[in-house]
Amino acid sequence: MTVGLNAFLIVAGLLFAVGLLGVTLRQNTLVIYMSLELMLNAVNLAFVAFSRYNGTMDGNLFVFFIITVAAAEVALGLAIIVALFRRRQSVMVDQLNALSH
Amino acid sequence: MLDILFYVFSVITLIAAVLMVLTPNAVNGAMCMIVAFIGTAALFVLLEAYFLAVIQVVVYAGAVMVLFLFIIMLLDVDKGEGGATEYNDKLTIGASAIGFLLLVMLVFSAFSGAHLPEPGLSAVSENPEVFNSGVPFTTSSKSFGYSLFTKYMLPFQVAGFLLLAAMIGVIVVSKKYDIAED
Repeated sequence: MTVGLNAFLIVAGLLFAVGLLGVTLRQNTLVIYMSLELMLNAVNLAFVAFSRYNGTMDGNLFVFFIITVAAAEVALGLAIIVALFRRRQSVMVDQLNALSH
Repeated sequence: MLDILFYVFSVITLIAAVLMVLTPNAVNGAMCMIVAFIGTAALFVLLEAYFLAVIQVVVYAGAVMVLFLFIIMLLDVDKGEGGATEYNDKLTIGASAIGFLLLVMLVFSAFSGAHLPEPGLSAVSENPEVFNSGVPFTTSSKSFGYSLFTKYMLPFQVAGFLLLAAMIGVIVVSKKYDIAED
């Protein structure tokens, strides 16, 4: 394969940028959360690319741990969103501003 | 051949990610997210991380997105929310677009090859003794288990404990409390 490391890093960086765009642009908490997962995924891709081109296994193991932590984080975050919805009947961030005033 | 596959999967992943961000319907966004995750898994296969590709499909595209779809279905967030209120006001849209473009320009200027030396890809089978400062890269999942139980023993235990803590935390957070209590 003649595709270099930088091509993979560009793809990872673009995925990260798209995830950041979703976090800042959207109002739905669930979509914001999915964009956060996309950013984590972009970092995973960069880790695997670095690991492959460096010839070591450590980056792959890091991705393994990141996926574990991300699964735990998704379970807790969605539980928080459900609790929030039960209290406020909304998941839109512009209506979840009780702490700002 | 592999180069064409790289471009195909990269484009699929990026288009699915952009659609996920821009589509107003949360269920469609979740479906696009699944496509993006599977595209990333394909890129993992191109990088010869087969075990991680399988983990990616099973954990992310399987478990995590099913959880998301369940919550979207249960909360029914699309009902009563017009498409116009989905995005923030014009100032936020402009600021988000400018931030996005700046980040894209940063990515291209950093990684477009002019500034960083670009190492070539050496086949795993040809020279197994590559740089040898860490665990050498192999394609077998056996080396995962070996590393997890030798070099990464403590993080492995901590990850297991973290999953237990998350499980208990989810039970505590999603327990239904009496409203009169607070």
